Amino acid sequence: MKIAIASGKGGTGKTTLSVNLSAYLAEDEEIVLSDLDVEEPNSGLFINARMVHEEEKYKMVPEWKEDQCTLCGICQEVCNFHAVIQLGEMIMVFPELCHGCYACSELCPTDALPMIPKKMGMLKHLQNDKLSFIESRLDVGEEQAVPLIKQSQDYIDEHFTDDILRIYDSPPGTSCPVIEATKDADFVILVTEPTPFGLHDLKIAVETMKELKKPFGVVVNRHGIGNDGVLRYCEDKDIPVLAKIPNDRKIAELYSEGKLIYNEVPEVKQELDKIIAYLRTLKQGGVQ
Amino acid sequence: MKEIVVISGKGGTGKTSITASFAFLGGADVIVADCDVDAADMHLLLQPDFARGEDFYSGELAKIHPDNCTQCGKCAEVCRFEAISVIDGMHTVDPLSCEGCGYCARICPTNAIENLSMNVGKWYISSIKTGSLMVHARLGIGADNSGKLVAKVKNEAKRLAEETNKDYIIVDGSPGIGCPVVSSLSGASFVVLVTEPSVSGLHDLKRVYELVKKFNLKAGCIINKSDINEKVTQEIEAFLREENILHIVNLPYDEQFTKAMTNGQTIIESDTNGLKQMIVDSWSKIKLTIN
Repeated sequence: MKIAIASGKGGTGKTTLSVNLSAYLAEDEEIVLSDLDVEEPNSGLFINARMVHEEEKYKMVPEWKEDQCTLCGICQEVCNFHAVIQLGEMIMVFPELCHGCYACSELCPTDALPMIPKKMGMLKHLQNDKLSFIESRLDVGEEQAVPLIKQSQDYIDEHFTDDILRIYDSPPGTSCPVIEATKDADFVILVTEPTPFGLHDLKIAVETMKELKKPFGVVVNRHGIGNDGVLRYCEDKDIPVLAKIPNDRKIAELYSEGKLIYNEVPEVKQELDKIIAYLRTLKQGGVQ
Repeated sequence: MKEIVVISGKGGTGKTSITASFAFLGGADVIVADCDVDAADMHLLLQPDFARGEDFYSGELAKIHPDNCTQCGKCAEVCRFEAISVIDGMHTVDPLSCEGCGYCARICPTNAIENLSMNVGKWYISSIKTGSLMVHARLGIGADNSGKLVAKVKNEAKRLAEETNKDYIIVDGSPGIGCPVVSSLSGASFVVLVTEPSVSGLHDLKRVYELVKKFNLKAGCIINKSDINEKVTQEIEAFLREENILHIVNLPYDEQFTKAMTNGQTIIESDTNGLKQMIVDSWSKIKLTIN
């Protein structure tokens, strides 16, 4: 089963929930935790584990071979992303704009734009007893997160069997990186905070999950601040609220130090138990 | 006219609350641009009237017309995004996977594939309660946030600022380091980094600052919730000194921010405890630095 932990708004507690839930579950069973927030991966700051494997990740981009080029201009014409531009007698390639569609390369009549690998980030595979942790990290200056997110999921598919529970710490927002991180999930947990910002962005995240036809539930973090807007919304829309993690300065302090909280704050463990119970019911009932 | 871009790397550090407070202080001198189009929240504090709205089109989506399609499968062969599959015997495009590269349409032997122009959202020019104007947007669900809508919002804000002789544009950026952030940084006069003293806050600050450096931009930093972890606050301060980043202010952890937000207000309108003065001083400091 694949569980994606997502949110519309950033900073609501996706990483806190991902690392604590994974570590707690890994006390009894094998778990794969993957940080798919490749722009700003933070889960690794909370996980003590030894490195199993590390690899560079590449995307394919065209490279101009001047001596083979007839300057026919087809490459520029077929690139929808303005990543290949003809300037006088030169073809300029902008790798950061390239989506790797191969159109310029394969439609070039003289093979003057072969595709070559360009490094976009790093993948690390770490292990601590039953917890496997996969982190992907986009190089600063690379603009597109989606290809790296996709390759991270491919790595997990190749290295772990389907019966192991996978937890995906997803990027914030509702656009392409989130879609890529959640589209293969069997269930999505949307983490929010009970404030007007939290509610507004939760609504967008809910619409996104409906569009993707994903089953989902909500975890309210920092329960006790703000107002009851989020809870009323979930009740109105029949959205299951899986847990309410209390607003507690101690949690913020532990988090700030890079520590896990479920062993320090009993209420957090209780709330995690509720989430786990819900996930077990889902699994037994077959994933909808 | 100066353009101040507020970003954070990590989400939830208080970026929008602080940006809205600066907008409130700047009043009629400031055009506001909410470039966090993916999860835009600034309107909840500044109460725009959504007076003028326009659809925004960017990118394409392949559509196969079944009447012209011979099911030859060439489109699926060239698609690098696994966006074309056979459903009920028909080649079909998955709109969520299609990147809009148009390769399939170019090689289809029977011209059965059309590239549809994509409506990715809507952008607005609104009057706001500060007595000025705000440019903001709403990205469509699951739409491609390639940075083009961000660029549109910024360019409109710039145009308005020039036309009405405003001194400042304040831009609320998005979290991360990808396309929308790159797009919101282009053309900035000064970058305000809002961080928090947590291991994540510092980690993300360093990454996003690496990006700011690539653009050769001057930056200042606000450490929000600074008393949550004094040790990490000191580490952040050391990083700021090392990188020659202006240390604007340390703000204490204070639920006044949440209370103000819950009432749809900036901290400037509601605070009684001295937070207001710290933000007023920060705004003066930023103005002094960039002028």
